[in-house]
Order: sequence, then C-alpha cells, then structure tokens
Amino acid sequence: MKRWLLPALLVALLVGAWQIGSSTGAIADALSLEPFLIPSPAEIASSLWENRSLLAENAWVTLREMLLGLGCALIAGLGLAALMHRSETIRYATYPLIVASQAIPIVVIAPILVVWFGYGILPKVAIVALICFFPITVNALAGLRSTDPSAIKMMRSLDASGWQIFRRVETPNALPNAFTGAKIAAVLAPIGAVFGEWVGSSAGLGHLILQDSAKLEVAREFATVVVLSAIALALIGLVALAERRVVTWR
Amino acid sequence: MRQDTKMTVSIRALEHAYGELRTLDSLDLEVAPHSVIGLVGPSGCGKSTLLELICGLLEPSAGTLDVEGGRTAAERLGRCAYMPQRDLLLPWYSALDNATLGLRNRGLAKAAARAQAGELFGRFGLAGFERTPPAELSGGMRQRVAFLRTLVSGKPLLALDEPFASLDAITRAEMQEWLAGALRTDPRTVVLVTHDVEEALYLSDRVAVLSARPARIVAELQAPAPRAADRDAAVTDPAFVAVREAAMRALREGSR
Repeated sequence: MKRWLLPALLVALLVGAWQIGSSTGAIADALSLEPFLIPSPAEIASSLWENRSLLAENAWVTLREMLLGLGCALIAGLGLAALMHRSETIRYATYPLIVASQAIPIVVIAPILVVWFGYGILPKVAIVALICFFPITVNALAGLRSTDPSAIKMMRSLDASGWQIFRRVETPNALPNAFTGAKIAAVLAPIGAVFGEWVGSSAGLGHLILQDSAKLEVAREFATVVVLSAIALALIGLVALAERRVVTWR
Repeated sequence: MRQDTKMTVSIRALEHAYGELRTLDSLDLEVAPHSVIGLVGPSGCGKSTLLELICGLLEPSAGTLDVEGGRTAAERLGRCAYMPQRDLLLPWYSALDNATLGLRNRGLAKAAARAQAGELFGRFGLAGFERTPPAELSGGMRQRVAFLRTLVSGKPLLALDEPFASLDAITRAEMQEWLAGALRTDPRTVVLVTHDVEEALYLSDRVAVLSARPARIVAELQAPAPRAADRDAAVTDPAFVAVREAAMRALREGSR
C-alpha cells in the first residue's frame, strides 16, 4: 500500500504544481520564456489524445526497433557469454575487445551505420543491439562463472557430462545475473532507438520529437516523451515479470 | 582382516601436492567391501583432498589408487559417489528432482528417475516433501536428500566429506543415528571424512587418524561398536571412550 501510494501522491503533487505554475504563467515568467513554450499537464494530455493515431504509428516504429535490437543483443550476448564460459581461449581473446568496444562512443558509430544501412530500420536495430549487447554479455558471463565449484564436483561425481553441468547447474545459476543484464539493456534500448532516429530517419518517436522541436510544438513533444517513457517502463516491467516467473527460487 | 579379501579401495604410496604445497605423503589405505572407514585429522590436513583423489576428481602426483579395479581418474569417477561438505542441493529443483540428478545424468527419463528415487523418500523420513524446494527443508532434511542423491546414484563407493558438519549438535546426533540405521539395513562401502572423532568412531568400522600436512596415517583404530542401534549407550561405553581417547592422543601428536 505504502509502496504504491507514496510515489503516486508525489507524482500527483508534482503534476498539480506544474499545472498551476504553467497555467498562471509563473514558470514561464521565472524562466523568462514565452508561456506557449511551457505547456500545462492538461494541454499535454489533450495533445496526447488528439495525436493518438500519429503517436501510435510512430511508437510502433520505435518499439519494433527496440524489440528487434534487444532480441539480437540477447541472442548474441547470451551465446557469446556461453562460448566465453566454455572456452578459455575465446574468453581471453574476446574479453578485452568487448570492453574496448564500449569505449568507442555510439555517437560516432551511428552516422557510419546510417551511411552503410540507410534511413530504414536496420541502423536503429544495430545501434540498440550494440548498446544492449554489453550489459547482457558481461552479466551473463559473471553469472555462469559464479557457479560453486563444489556443485560442479558433485555433478561430475554423479556422472554429469559438460553439457549436463551447463544445463542443470551453470545456466540456472546464471539466470539472476542474466536478468540483471537484460534489465539494464531494457533501460538502454529506448535511448538507443531514439538516438538512432535522430541520426537519420523518416519515422519513429525520436523522429517526431526532432520535427516538433523545430516547429516549437512543445505540447506534442511532451506527449511523445510520455509515450516513450510508458514504453520504456513497460519493457522493464516485462523483464522484471519474466524474472519473477523464471527465477522462482530467490 | 584377511589378506585374500578383494578390497573395494586400495591405495599405495599415494602422494599429492598443489604446486609446492605437499598435501599427502606416501599414504597406504585399504577399505574392505561393505565397510565404513573414517578419516579424521586436523583442519586443512588434506582429508578432503584424499577424498577427491579417491573419487577421481583429482589426480595424484605419485602412487596408485584402485577403486573396484578402476585406476584412472575417469574410472574412479564412475565408481564413486561424492557427497560434499555442504548439501549443495540445487535451489531450482525440488527435493525429489535433486535426488534424481545422478539417474538423470545417466540418461534415465524424468518419470522413471522420479519413481526410483521417490520409493526411498519414505524410508528416509522425507515422504510428502518430494515437491518441496530445498530452501523450505530443515538442515537435517536437506542432508538426507543430499545423502539420498548420493545413494540413488548406485555407485559401489560412497565418499562423504564432513556430511554433518553444518548441522547443530542435536540434529547431528540424530543424523548420525539415522545414517547408522540406513547403513545397517543397506550396507555400503563408505569413506567418511570428518573432524569429529566421536562421529567417526560411531559410524565407522575402522578409523584412520591423519597427521598435519603433508598427511600420513599416524594411527588406525578399530571401532568397538560400529553403528550401534543405541548411540547414546555406545558412545558412553568405557571401551568406546578408551578408543576415543587413544584417537585424540594420536590426533594431537599428529598435529605437531
């Protein structure tokens, strides 16, 4: 009760203050801005309703980029983590590269991806996959490697093959960590998708924000932010829900 | 013990070292079929290393190990069931599925493995707890599931590494009585590592006292009443107390 009520009350309080501050022009005055640049929550809500089909269309574009990118990152990240765990050679060879790849800012790679793959969905999926891949791989690998060596001895003594140990001990042991990685990735995916759209696109929520910004359509910009936040929260919630269903022993 | 008896375990001039650290020093040991040998020694003396060597989880630096005719690590691994210090029940499986791990690893179908291990649940005082996750079992029950898992694997040799070390005193005494009973009805060849002299003398036929590292056997003692039905009477019997004191003396001298 307290866990839901208190944050809800705080949000209501903030939105209420914003409503009063923007409708009386107090916020605009304080920031020396034109009042139409500070839309009230009521104006944002009505913009949200009026533009619902436009927002839904663009939200679907961005959501698809996020889900496809996240899916690619999950497959590649979990696969590579498993390979790195099974083979010391692969681990030693790839680990420094994977860490170093994170040192290259995605900001400089994104324009190159657009040059290569054009303005379609592909560069966005690639950007989302690139930034989501790292937390998934690193966390899953840490989970696999945290397996109790005594449990592996016990399994070997019970005639387990390497594959059986991987399936029955190491993989379940790595699941909580893997979900942590997936949650971080779910937070990063919307950022990646919007950024990919900013570099070059013809649709999507990021594209919409960029256009509205140029046209000073501030109320619709805020409405887009609301939709994007809702998608991001839903994505994290979905991963958390999946974790609760799968990792029942914690 | 007659010389012509085929030994389940025979160890000759066994040596082992972790790099520069010598853990075992020319150790000889024999275990007769369906007998229990207790290994006691000071902490860190290499008892667990010896157990892992017997089980084929480690290779010796020198000497020979023979378990039921198996000499290579892989052969020994196939003949020994190792029960580690902690119960190591996998939290993502139910009590029953933990008990079936050995059968499942050998390719038995889930239903058949569950049926086979499930039959023993009643005998182990675990009836009704088949589907319970390990986290909801008491310490003694967890240890019984772990023992069941070891037993069901059907290996000729059971290697128990301080099986009751993590239990409180009362539960430990209960579990010792319970294990004694289980071995009376279903005799097995057991190597039991423990730091508890009383536990070793109560559960074993014979107790080998190991010295501090590098470990060698400083004394071998016959237990006066192995696995007696009345534990309390057995461990307070003057003969038992005398052997226990002799073992303690050997342990103290070996620790120096």
